[in-house]
Amino acid sequence: MEVASGKSEKSLSDEKLINEFTDSEYKWGFVTDIESDDFAKGLSEDVVRKISAIKKEPEWMTEYRVKAYKHWLTLKEPKWPNVKYPEIDFQDIRYYSAPKKQPQLESLDEVDPELLRTFEKLGIPIEEQKKFANVAVDAVFDSVSVKTTFQATLKEKGIIFSPLSEALKEHPELVKEYFGSVVPYTDNFYASLNAAVFSEGSFVYIPKGVRCPMELSTYFRINAMDTGQFERTLVIADEGAYVSYLEGCTAPMRDNNQLHAAVVELVAKKDAEIKYSTVQNWYPGDKDGKGGIYNFVTKRGVCDGDNSKISWTQVETGSAITWKYPSTILKGDNSVGEFYSVAVTNNFQQADTGTKMIHLGKNTKSTIVSKGISAGRSNNSYRGLVKIGKNADGARNYSQCDSMLMSDKCGAHTFPYLEIDNNNSTVEHEATTSKVSEDQIFYLNQRGISTEDAVNLIVNGFCKEVFKQLPMEFAVEATKLLALSLEGSVG
Amino acid sequence: MSVEVQKRNPIENFVASAESVCELNQNIKLKEIQLLAKNNLLNSQFPTLKTEEWKYTNLKKLLSYDFANSSSMEKVVVSNNEIDKLKSSSFDSHLLVFVNGIFEKELSDYSELSNQIFISTISEAFESDNELVKKYFSKISMENTSFDFLNLSNFVGGLFIHIPKNVVIEKPIQILNITGNAGDISFSSSRNLIIADENSESTFVQKHVGLKGEIYFNNISTEIYVEKNGILNFYNLQLDNDDSYHFEKTDVIQNRDSQFHHYNFTFGGKLVRNDINAKLDAENIECTLNGLYIANDNQHIDNSTFIDHAKPHSTSNQLYKGILDDSSHGVFAGKILVARDAQLTNAYQNSNTILLSKEAKVDTKPQLEIYADDVKCTHGATVGQLDESALFYILSRGIPREKAKSMLIAAFAESVLSDLKIDALKNEISHLIFEHLNRDEIL
Repeated sequence: MEVASGKSEKSLSDEKLINEFTDSEYKWGFVTDIESDDFAKGLSEDVVRKISAIKKEPEWMTEYRVKAYKHWLTLKEPKWPNVKYPEIDFQDIRYYSAPKKQPQLESLDEVDPELLRTFEKLGIPIEEQKKFANVAVDAVFDSVSVKTTFQATLKEKGIIFSPLSEALKEHPELVKEYFGSVVPYTDNFYASLNAAVFSEGSFVYIPKGVRCPMELSTYFRINAMDTGQFERTLVIADEGAYVSYLEGCTAPMRDNNQLHAAVVELVAKKDAEIKYSTVQNWYPGDKDGKGGIYNFVTKRGVCDGDNSKISWTQVETGSAITWKYPSTILKGDNSVGEFYSVAVTNNFQQADTGTKMIHLGKNTKSTIVSKGISAGRSNNSYRGLVKIGKNADGARNYSQCDSMLMSDKCGAHTFPYLEIDNNNSTVEHEATTSKVSEDQIFYLNQRGISTEDAVNLIVNGFCKEVFKQLPMEFAVEATKLLALSLEGSVG
Repeated sequence: MSVEVQKRNPIENFVASAESVCELNQNIKLKEIQLLAKNNLLNSQFPTLKTEEWKYTNLKKLLSYDFANSSSMEKVVVSNNEIDKLKSSSFDSHLLVFVNGIFEKELSDYSELSNQIFISTISEAFESDNELVKKYFSKISMENTSFDFLNLSNFVGGLFIHIPKNVVIEKPIQILNITGNAGDISFSSSRNLIIADENSESTFVQKHVGLKGEIYFNNISTEIYVEKNGILNFYNLQLDNDDSYHFEKTDVIQNRDSQFHHYNFTFGGKLVRNDINAKLDAENIECTLNGLYIANDNQHIDNSTFIDHAKPHSTSNQLYKGILDDSSHGVFAGKILVARDAQLTNAYQNSNTILLSKEAKVDTKPQLEIYADDVKCTHGATVGQLDESALFYILSRGIPREKAKSMLIAAFAESVLSDLKIDALKNEISHLIFEHLNRDEIL
């Protein structure tokens, strides 16, 4: 009897903790008051051509957009993911918005002070990074690049790191060669849409044999009301090159759902390595599931040359709906693909995320480590594909997807697909689902650690395998994000 | 002016044969059920590669045939001598014989059994207004596909088996399912309903064998209820002809404290689809769905399991192993659903596949859908070849390569075989594995 009553008391206090933390408001929600140069809502061929015209794009790009738009019209919105959301009205979205003042600035002093304050509130350490960190920052505010730093250092090495629109002007031949080569406009509904209306993005080219001396990073922000943001990132590592690219984001609090359909393409040539890390903390909606960002992203890399490597790391704590599968096509012999992911969902968030590893070359290797944490009334799914092609002799895959459930109202799902066409390969898949056990918490309580800290500790331990893949600065931010989203929610 | 090309709809052929089955049906209630199934069949579509549950199994070839219902054809005569050869005789059992989907009383041998339990054909049971049949027949509908409707609308002679309360049947009940030699390409629908009542205990060995002749399509459905504290073991051994089609669905609903252990051994068939669905509808249930499939040539074997943990405190275990040779293709799709209420669930699933040849291929899709938080659920899947280092270890002890390989294959299969309660059956299956792979058995 005593035991029973003790337990219920405990679960009462747990419930209090859960409420405390799941009630915690999105700390970084605000609206920057800047006049926007917006399009009217709606999408048509005119809109597509207008975007292209505003960006002063070459003819072939305009045609590419129009082709993509026409193809998009023939497609239906996919319905297969394990997520639910109201029908999106694509005519109710504003496809272009840019801050009215478009500064071409050399120093921070010239930047709109309102914008600088925004960055400060977000904690994007532009100044700090300029001074201390070895990081070049390309901050994208809504759809137009505002500030690009460290260009000089990169230029010396021959590295191109610039907004896509700029790259189109300065290196049209490179962009033309690789743009859409990994994710063609025919790929899927949202990739098609993106190809038609993409507003801005980043372009990275690392020349042969160059090791990029700093972590490249972009902060994406969604700001103007009702503006879908369609980013496009293209990273090319030529033979023997190395680059680590970071992407992170926060967004202001909003009631309307905002659509984000980005495309990321990575190309790794012979002996090259690309490390792509994401920390995603967009507005997830309030605790009743109202509002929040729809994050429908197509990310794909191709290990084009022998011995190349692409590594995806993602920490997904935000967005009302996350739906993305960073994939790697292992085309070159001995190429390596990695995927490390932590996906946290709380309240009414939904995530359907995972990866695809397509083994085509010989002795290709891939590792998948996915950690899903669900709390509140959220649903968290891992969906992944490992495909071993007929000629992929000696291919090797190891996948592990663990799920942790933090309440009795949430769901955790795993949908792995293994398609093996070669007998000379080895594929292993493991998945577990569990909760933070009372024993573990009791053990830590016993040592004077509060329940809240104990849960934090356990969850961090659960995710450690992924966090250790992140660059230092991101690892710190990721730990903070995780704590903010979940801390203390013992189910 | 466009000319509409009349596309052949494979459903129509089956609907037509269902119509004649329904027409002959004497019992009003059963006829009603079958007519409804026929209409459902008419309004359904056969799955395509775009259907998620069938994405790895192409039905085009199967549906290109105009199968005739074997029940409408001349009856195939099987002698008692042949039965003796076809049945598993290494262990003592009660024998129930089906020929082309229809129960054959004369060929069966279950006089001893009929004192203990109730056995009759489903139509007889309806005829005698049996309450249980009326209550339970065709009531499990987890995910009805066109193949369910096809079976239900076309079946003629299935069995209703009721094992009453507290009855323990010592000897296994052997269901011998003989198909083929109908004279033309044909399909058979056999359908059984088994109710294992409270505290009962029984073991079934179902064996599918094919007679030489034209191509046939076997569409089998078994509904099983295991009531409180009941135990039911079901060993399914499929040895159909190499050019046959075998589609089998087993649906189980378990009541509290019950145990259901299903072992599925697949050897035969050109295209095989096994669906095993279990609903754990109360507390403290144990459920095992294990399987071993051995494929060669261009066999295609698709195993699909679904365990629905609807209530708390139950345990399920799944272990599916495949050995694929030549250009065979294996599929395993296993789904575990843990409902919101089903706290303290333990669900384990494991799928291992060995590819023995370069052309062999496997697709695996294990799925977990979990809505309760206090659960332990795991799944694992591996695909590979025979372990090189283990092979080397054996070779270094002077054992020839082929024999070493056989040893590793035997070891691989052992983990599914070891739990079988009938030793003789274990040996029989072990022997079949090597026969099917064209290897010398190691003893």
